[in-house]
Amino acid sequence: MTLTYYLVLAAILFTIGAVGVLVRRNAIVVFMCIELMLNSVNLTLVTFARATGTVDGQIMAFFVMVVAAAEVVVGLAIIMSIYRTRRSASVDDANLLKY
Amino acid sequence: MEIISAEVLPSEVVPAEGLLGASWLLIALPLAGAAVLLLGGRRTDRWGHLLGTATVVGAFLLAVLCTFSLADVEGRSVDVDLFTFISTGQLDVRAGLLYDPLSAVFVLLITGVGSLIHVYSIGYMAHDPARRRFFAYLNLFVAAMLLLVLGNSFVALYVGWEGVGLASYLLIAFWYTRPGAATAAKKAFIMNRVGDVGLALAIFVMFAQLGTTSYEGVFGTVGTLAGGTITAIGLLLLLGACGKSGQFPLQAWLPDAMEGPTPVSALIHAATMVTAGVYLIARSAPIYDETPTARTVVLAVGAVTLLIGAIAGCAFDDIKKVLAYSTVSQIGYMFLAVGLGPAGYVAGLAHLLAHGFFKAGLFLGAGSVMHAMDDSVDMRRYGGLARKLPITFATFGLGYLALIGFPFLSGFYTKDAIIEAALDRDDAWGWVLAGVAVLGAGLTAFYMTRLMLMTFFGRARWADGVHPHESPTVMTAPMVVLSLGSIGAGFLLVKAFPLSDWLEPVFGEEHSAEHVVAPLTVGLVVTGVMLLGVLAAWLFVGRREVPVTAPVRVSPVTRAARNALYADTINESLLMRPGQWLTRALVWVDNRGVDGAVNGLAAGLGGSSSRLGRTQTGFVRTYALGMLGGAVLVAGALLAVTSG
Repeated sequence: MTLTYYLVLAAILFTIGAVGVLVRRNAIVVFMCIELMLNSVNLTLVTFARATGTVDGQIMAFFVMVVAAAEVVVGLAIIMSIYRTRRSASVDDANLLKY
Repeated sequence: MEIISAEVLPSEVVPAEGLLGASWLLIALPLAGAAVLLLGGRRTDRWGHLLGTATVVGAFLLAVLCTFSLADVEGRSVDVDLFTFISTGQLDVRAGLLYDPLSAVFVLLITGVGSLIHVYSIGYMAHDPARRRFFAYLNLFVAAMLLLVLGNSFVALYVGWEGVGLASYLLIAFWYTRPGAATAAKKAFIMNRVGDVGLALAIFVMFAQLGTTSYEGVFGTVGTLAGGTITAIGLLLLLGACGKSGQFPLQAWLPDAMEGPTPVSALIHAATMVTAGVYLIARSAPIYDETPTARTVVLAVGAVTLLIGAIAGCAFDDIKKVLAYSTVSQIGYMFLAVGLGPAGYVAGLAHLLAHGFFKAGLFLGAGSVMHAMDDSVDMRRYGGLARKLPITFATFGLGYLALIGFPFLSGFYTKDAIIEAALDRDDAWGWVLAGVAVLGAGLTAFYMTRLMLMTFFGRARWADGVHPHESPTVMTAPMVVLSLGSIGAGFLLVKAFPLSDWLEPVFGEEHSAEHVVAPLTVGLVVTGVMLLGVLAAWLFVGRREVPVTAPVRVSPVTRAARNALYADTINESLLMRPGQWLTRALVWVDNRGVDGAVNGLAAGLGGSSSRLGRTQTGFVRTYALGMLGGAVLVAGALLAVTSG
């Protein structure tokens, strides 16, 4: 039964993250929501690792953390650079790449 | 009654030696002249005309020497092998010359009359700034024409054939700033193309069926072909001949070609190039021997053209056009003669040579008259020129008498020979053809007498400010020489040194000298009809005042003749208009159909892609939603597959 709680929590976190990415304009908030989604996935991985008694999922979660750390570095740098040139952190203002 | 029949004995062709081996110089000399004059540019302006004349005179002297050496050769036919022209697969064409009696007489005619006309042109073109270019083209023409008659294969003939066509085009359009000349040149070129397609197809058929295009090979094996194939070759060759010689139904270009300078009309459109068709048919005698059908068509073409030319010649007021229609008509006589078969070849060629002399002389005379009349060609503005231009009058008059067949001058002997040959068929058609020829002789006498009366006699009707003067010696001397030819050529060719003996190696021996109708009777009848024509012309033209403008109210016959029996109208309504409709329809199909499909496809793709492009809004959230939706779809699908 405990498995279901963890998974439901992970699903709720992932949904909050996804909706946040879709509806929020502030790049930093969008970024945080992505982190939320990644961590909900991490929670799922760890949950299944514990349920099956293997460490594969836990190792995978470490990988995700490392990748997320790297992503934060690059992503924040991009957001900083956009903010410097446009004086705005809104993702809707960075819409030049279109038809 | 025995009909003249001659077996064509393929005489032994021997390799050329000595002087004859160098007969390629005949072609090379004028060709080099043309090259120097065309490439040399303005630097050669001062002496270009002299060089151009010298090369042709040199070729003439060489031709005389070659003819004498040819007379000493056994069989009188030599082959001058030069080099491999085309060697590809089964097609192996060697470039070589065939110097035989037939080509020898043509070479003498071309270089002889050519030399005289070059000399004349020095005077005629003296004030033209482009005189050098004129001589370059004339030299080019002489070279191509010599290649045409000297080549030893149909391919070599074809090269020369196209060469003279090009030279003719360049020379008709010599004064290319005149719209009339440019149009006439294009007309000549296009109508010649129609004929040339026939000649080319004939050569293709020869190669496809016989595997060879040399005269020797084709004539030796043509008998092995099916009758229909031989007839096809004969008719295709005839189409080529009709185009080049201005014969029905391709006769309309020749009178228009008179837009060129008069020496061009004399050399190309009277004496030499337009007789190439007669040469082609005479040269292809072994082919026509196998196909009576094609030969009959040649006869019909000749007879029809003879009358068309003569009728049209009666109505025109342009002195050169009258002479041009006369040329059309006289070449009709030659076609009629060569269409008669062995009996007529020699008669036709004798008429060709005599015609070369007197018609060139007449054109040079017409040029001299134009020279005196400020380049006017309207005979209604001439009149009374006999006293002002005595030498022109005398030489022109001799040419005139020779052309209408005045007894004992050139045309008398050669035209009578053709009529005799027609009668010697000894059937109803023979009488019809002879009747047509005699009628043509009467019409010839009529239109030529009309021309003489309007030009040289009567009251002077000159335009204001025209002061006729005799041409310089450099122009009158060639006219005098040609008028001597007009007097003597017929007698020399028919009686003194019979052309039939000289041409025996080509056309075989004439067996019978017995005629169906005695030559004396023929001569008397033709002379009688000729005198009737002269009398009619005097009654219609000489007796009354010639109006300065052509009468408008005339009979339908005259109107038809003035329109050259509606040849242009027929060509335009039967060929040109449908051709234009066809091209317009094709353009429409191309624009709407072919282009429409391609353009429609491109426009459809472009429109749909730009519409798709609108979905690329630039908002990251939209893309993220798309990715999410896609991921949900994939996940859902996976779930459905694995659980279901």
